[in-house]
Amino acid sequence: MALLNIRNLTVRFATSTGSFTAVDGIDVSVDAREVLAIVGESGSGKSVSMLAVMGLLPDTATVTADEMTFDGHNLLQMTAQERRRVIGREITMIFQEPIASLNPSFTVGFQIEEVLRLNLGLSHHAARARAIELFKAVGIPEPDAKIRAYPHQMSGGQCQRVMIAMAIATNPRLLIADEPTTALDVTIQAQILDLLMDLQEKHGMALILITHDMGVVAETADRVIVQYKGHKMEEADVLSLFEAPKSPYTRALLSALPENATGDRLPTVSDFFGAEGVSK
Amino acid sequence: MSYVVEGIDLTQDYDVPGGMFGGAKTVRAVKGASFAVEKGKTLAIVGESGSGKSTLARIVTLIDHQSGGVLKIDGQEVDISKKRPDHTLRAKVQMVFQNPYGSLNPRQKVGDVLMEPLLLNTKLPAAERRARAEAMLTRVGLAPEHFNRYPHMFSGGQRQRIAIARALMLNPALLVLDEPVSALDLSVQAQVLNLLADLQEEFGLTYVFISHDLSVIRYIADDVMVMHKGDVVEQGSRDEIFANPKHPYTRQLFAATPVTDIEAIRQRVARRKALRSGQISA
Repeated sequence: MALLNIRNLTVRFATSTGSFTAVDGIDVSVDAREVLAIVGESGSGKSVSMLAVMGLLPDTATVTADEMTFDGHNLLQMTAQERRRVIGREITMIFQEPIASLNPSFTVGFQIEEVLRLNLGLSHHAARARAIELFKAVGIPEPDAKIRAYPHQMSGGQCQRVMIAMAIATNPRLLIADEPTTALDVTIQAQILDLLMDLQEKHGMALILITHDMGVVAETADRVIVQYKGHKMEEADVLSLFEAPKSPYTRALLSALPENATGDRLPTVSDFFGAEGVSK
Repeated sequence: MSYVVEGIDLTQDYDVPGGMFGGAKTVRAVKGASFAVEKGKTLAIVGESGSGKSTLARIVTLIDHQSGGVLKIDGQEVDISKKRPDHTLRAKVQMVFQNPYGSLNPRQKVGDVLMEPLLLNTKLPAAERRARAEAMLTRVGLAPEHFNRYPHMFSGGQRQRIAIARALMLNPALLVLDEPVSALDLSVQAQVLNLLADLQEEFGLTYVFISHDLSVIRYIADDVMVMHKGDVVEQGSRDEIFANPKHPYTRQLFAATPVTDIEAIRQRVARRKALRSGQISA
């Protein structure tokens, strides 16, 4: 049985011009220890569906689904108290802007210790010791000193390592990473992806990686979901997706990669669909 | 051989004022960059944050003056600290920025955005300014009826087309493009890269193209200059650098760039399978 199972997820936003459907009837499932990449361009709904799982959408959003279960527990019918035992503990999430994700007014040590005290009930002393261990595990140099640093005193890559340390602090079974390396330089991106894959393997977590970057997908995923304008275009294991993409949209995305350019011009999505856009 | 733009040992120092805990110091952001670009060619500058690539772009576009070295535009030595550039020189060098949301004035209609360079730098009558702006809109893949719309009514890719159109209004010889496609979606990125290639051919434009994305650079560049912490660590033709990167930092960049090579994916999937079956049987 899948660890996370979502069937027919729809997310609508109430806007001044009426209702807008950001995610339209999407199925997502991820097995324990699996790396699932959700790939799409802006407006594809790739982040929104995962924010719906985490309950992080604003009040203007209406979330409906036929099924949304984690480890057999129904996420839709949980009380707030029950949800808190799952969200942030069993399922954790990291975001695109690591520096903006941390509170600038508190040291990074305080912020990770807060997670440890509230979720695991550790004492101040034990939380400090565990925080230093976690900083070591995510490759932060001089963890004893860095634990007293404020976010602005660290680089973007180091802040993302802090975020990852916080996200694995509770030994979650599912980590959702929303564009974790988009704001980072390419050499730092490679280090962070290596770290995520390493931790995923070591802790046996499932990992959902939301990205727009086909290169990142190629180097990390077991299975891939391609989304466009709130619809699922294709779902396949990573090798089949790159070797024999079935959906015209996936083919268009792959051929728009400059590294796959064969002639003088890059094919664009409209070359594949005409001006009227993509239909399912 | 004449070059459209030439830099000889350019350096740039920034003074960092002393704070609570330390005295003032000088940071050398560009430590001697030399390059020359022929008409109609593209020089790509690659580097990560802090490499000095944007600092160099500000020197080339006559925004900041260099601390040392010589900058030549069309063979003429230019030093904006001694003499303010005149209209002809300003018209020769134009720039396109990374963020098309930040580089257009939200209160200015697209038509006014395009006509402003003509208003400031030429004595063309209003009707002619308008005609040229409308023609340019069509040229970059928009329509004359977009003339009276505001920037917020356009998508990111369309806004970048507007920014490119604005840069071309004065018939520049040199276009400095600072990460022009990194804020765009993949499919839109392809369209904008195609547009840039077309415009280069049509107008004989010379590009200085700044990017951190090696796959984009491989597609668009003739020559490549790799910068790291203010130093030019390697430069040469695109084919040379991509076939045989010599400097360790260039190699590191190549190794870090994710690729979608089928064989590489096949090997990774096989490795992972082997690792897993090993763990399960153990």
